[in-house]
Amino acid sequence: MHEVLLAAGPLRHGTVPLGEAIAFWVLGPIALAGAIGMVLLRNAVHSALSLVATMGCLGAFYLIQQGPFLGLVQIIVYTGAIMILFLFVLMIVGRDASDSLVETLRGQRWAAALLGVGFALLVAIGIGRAVSPVTPTDLNSPNAGGNNVHSIAALLFTRYLFAFELTSALLIVAAVGAMVLAHVEREGPRPSQKRLARERIRSGRPQPLPGPGVLSQHNAIGTPALLPDGSVARESVMVGSMESQEERQALPTPSAGEGGFE
Amino acid sequence: MSPVALPGSGQNVPGFGDLPIWLVLIKVLLVFVFLVVMTLFAIVFERKVVGRMQNRIGPNRVGPWGTLQSLADGMKLAFKEEIIPVLADKAVYWLAPVVSAVPAFLAFSVIPFGPTVSMFGHRTPLQLTDLPVGVLVVFACSSLGVYGIVLSGWASGSTYPLLGGLRSAAQMISYEVAMGLSMVAVFLFAGTMSTSGIVSSQDHLWNVIPLIVSFCIYAISVVGETNRAPFDLAEAESELVGGFHTEYSSFKFAMFFLAEYINMITVSALATTLFLGGWRAPWPLSLWHGANAGWWPVLWFVGKVVAFIFVFVWLRGTLPRLRYDQFMHLGWKTLIPINLVWILAVTSIHVLRDRGWPAWKATVLPLGIVLLLIVVPALMAYEGYTARRLAAAAEDDEDAGREEPTFPIPPLDLRVPTSPVRREPVTAGLRGGATALDRTIDHGDTSDG
Repeated sequence: MHEVLLAAGPLRHGTVPLGEAIAFWVLGPIALAGAIGMVLLRNAVHSALSLVATMGCLGAFYLIQQGPFLGLVQIIVYTGAIMILFLFVLMIVGRDASDSLVETLRGQRWAAALLGVGFALLVAIGIGRAVSPVTPTDLNSPNAGGNNVHSIAALLFTRYLFAFELTSALLIVAAVGAMVLAHVEREGPRPSQKRLARERIRSGRPQPLPGPGVLSQHNAIGTPALLPDGSVARESVMVGSMESQEERQALPTPSAGEGGFE
Repeated sequence: MSPVALPGSGQNVPGFGDLPIWLVLIKVLLVFVFLVVMTLFAIVFERKVVGRMQNRIGPNRVGPWGTLQSLADGMKLAFKEEIIPVLADKAVYWLAPVVSAVPAFLAFSVIPFGPTVSMFGHRTPLQLTDLPVGVLVVFACSSLGVYGIVLSGWASGSTYPLLGGLRSAAQMISYEVAMGLSMVAVFLFAGTMSTSGIVSSQDHLWNVIPLIVSFCIYAISVVGETNRAPFDLAEAESELVGGFHTEYSSFKFAMFFLAEYINMITVSALATTLFLGGWRAPWPLSLWHGANAGWWPVLWFVGKVVAFIFVFVWLRGTLPRLRYDQFMHLGWKTLIPINLVWILAVTSIHVLRDRGWPAWKATVLPLGIVLLLIVVPALMAYEGYTARRLAAAAEDDEDAGREEPTFPIPPLDLRVPTSPVRREPVTAGLRGGATALDRTIDHGDTSDG
C-alpha cells in the first residue's frame, strides 16, 4: 500500500499535468470496472462489452502517456476489429445460450489453475517493477514536432526488426491455417443461375413450398398448411432433414377437428 | 482525445496545445453546430436532389422552398411515442444509438476547416485539435461506430435487426480495410498522418491527381463504410424491413439517422482533406492571393464537402442495390488487391526519388515493372476465368436445347368457376330492397372522408 501511494505521488503532488490527472482518475475506474464486469457478468455479450470499455480506456491511457499512435492503434485494432469479431461470434451463438456445465477437456482445471498462477506471477512482477523507484522515460524528444510515428517506425525497422518479422510470420501462419481449416472443396462446377432456374421449372414445382400453418388454426412449425379446399398440404411440413416426397407422405394426418374452415 | 488530456506541447503538431480553455470550448461548440446544421441541410439537399433526379420537386411545404423540412422531421421524431420491444436487452438497446452518434461527432475534431486565423485576439488554426496521427482518429471513430449498429441489431431481440446488424458489421469491417489501405498512399506522399500536415503538403498539387487510384478506391469504399446506397445492404428494406434500426423509434431512431448523415459528412470532409486539397481554393480562384487566407477557405472547404455529398446522393438516385455476395467480392477481391499493388508502386516511386533518381525515371520504372509483373498476369488470369465461365454457360445452353422446359401454365380450356352469388348484407331495420350500403355505393363518393 505504501509503495502504491509512493507511485501515486506525482499524481497527488501535482507534477502530472492537470488534464492528464483528470483523464486518469476518470478513465481508471472505468477500465477497472470493465475488467471486473468482464469476469462477473453472466451474459456473454455484456461481458464482451465490458472488455471493450477496458480496451478503449487503455487506448486513451496510451494517448495521454505520449503514445498517440499506440493509443489509436489499440482502439482501431483491438476495440474496433478484434472485439467486433468476438461479438459477431457471440451473437450468432444466440442471446440465450448458457454455459455448458459438462467439462469436455480432461484436466482443464489443473491447466487453468497453473496458467492462472503463472499469469498472476507475471502481473505481480510487472506491478512490483512499476512501484519500485524507476525513472520514467521522457518521450518529449522522440515525439518532438509530431515525430511520434517516425520514431516508432525507426525503432521497429532497426532494433526490433527480428521480433516484428517473427510476429508477422506468426500472424500469417495463423491466417493461412484458419483458411485451410475452413476451406471446403466444391464438388463439380458451381451451377449457373440459368441452370438452377431450368432445373426448378423441370421439377414441376416452380413455386416455393407452402409454409407451415398457412390457413390453419395454429402456426407451429409442425402444423401442416391447409389447401383452399381444407385438405392438408403435405409439402408444408419438413421434419428434420426429411425432404423426399415418400417421407412426407408418411406424415400422420392431423385429426379432423384440427384446422379446416370455420 | 480532447486537447485537455494532452500533456505539454512537445508531442503536438505545432500550433495546438497552448490555447486557452475557453477558446477550445468555443471551437468545440462551433464544430458541433456545424455538424448539426450540415445534417439538417444534407437531408433537405438529398431529398430535393433525388426529387429532381426523379422528375419531382421534392419537399416544398415547410419554410421557403421547403428548406425547413428536416427541422420539422426532427421535431416530429423527437416527440413520437417510443416503443421498446419486450425481448429487447434494455441496457444495450439504450446504449447502441449513443455509441453510434458520439464517435460520429468525435471524428470531426481533427478535420481542418481553414488556415490560421485571428479569433478573439488569438492566432489559432481553424481546427479543433490535431495529432501526429490525426487521420487515425477518424479511422478509430468509424471503427467504434460499428458497435452502435451491431449492438442495436442484437439488443432489439428481433430477427431482421440481428441479420442487418451482422451484415453491416461484416460489411463495415471489410470496407474499412480498403479505406485504410487507400489512405496509406496519401501518408507516403505527404510524409505525415496529421490532417493539417496533409493539407499543407498539397499546396502545389492536390493528391487526387497523382493518387487517382487511391482516390477512386477511397470513394468507393466510404460508400460501403457509411452504409449508403448502392451498398446499403444493412438496411435493405426489400430484404430486412429496416435492418438494424427496425425496432427503434422516436429519438433513438433520430440518433441513428443523425449518425448516418454525420458519417457521410465526415468521410466527405476527410476526402476533401486527403485528396482534394483541404481548404485550399480550387484552381481559377487560387490565382487570387487572398483566396487561401483569412476566413475564405471555410467557404471552399464547405463547397468541396457539399460537392462530395452530391455524389453520394447521385449514386443513391442512380444505382440499384448490390447483392450481398457481389458486394463482398468487390471489396475483398477487387479493391484490396488493386490497392496493395498500387501501394507497392507508390512506395517504389517514393524510394527511388529519395535516392535522387530523376522524376520521370523514378515514376516510369516502378509503374512499368508493376504493370509487367503483376497487372498483366492478373488480367490474363481473369481472361482465362471469363473464358471458362463463358464455356460453362454455353454448355448450359446446349443442355437447354435438348429439352426446353416451360413454365407450368393453366390449360387453355380452363373453365373459370363462376363467382358465387352475392349475398345481400343484412342490416338491422332495413330488410328487403336496397340496403343502406348499396345506396352509399350507388351515390358514389358522397360519404367519402
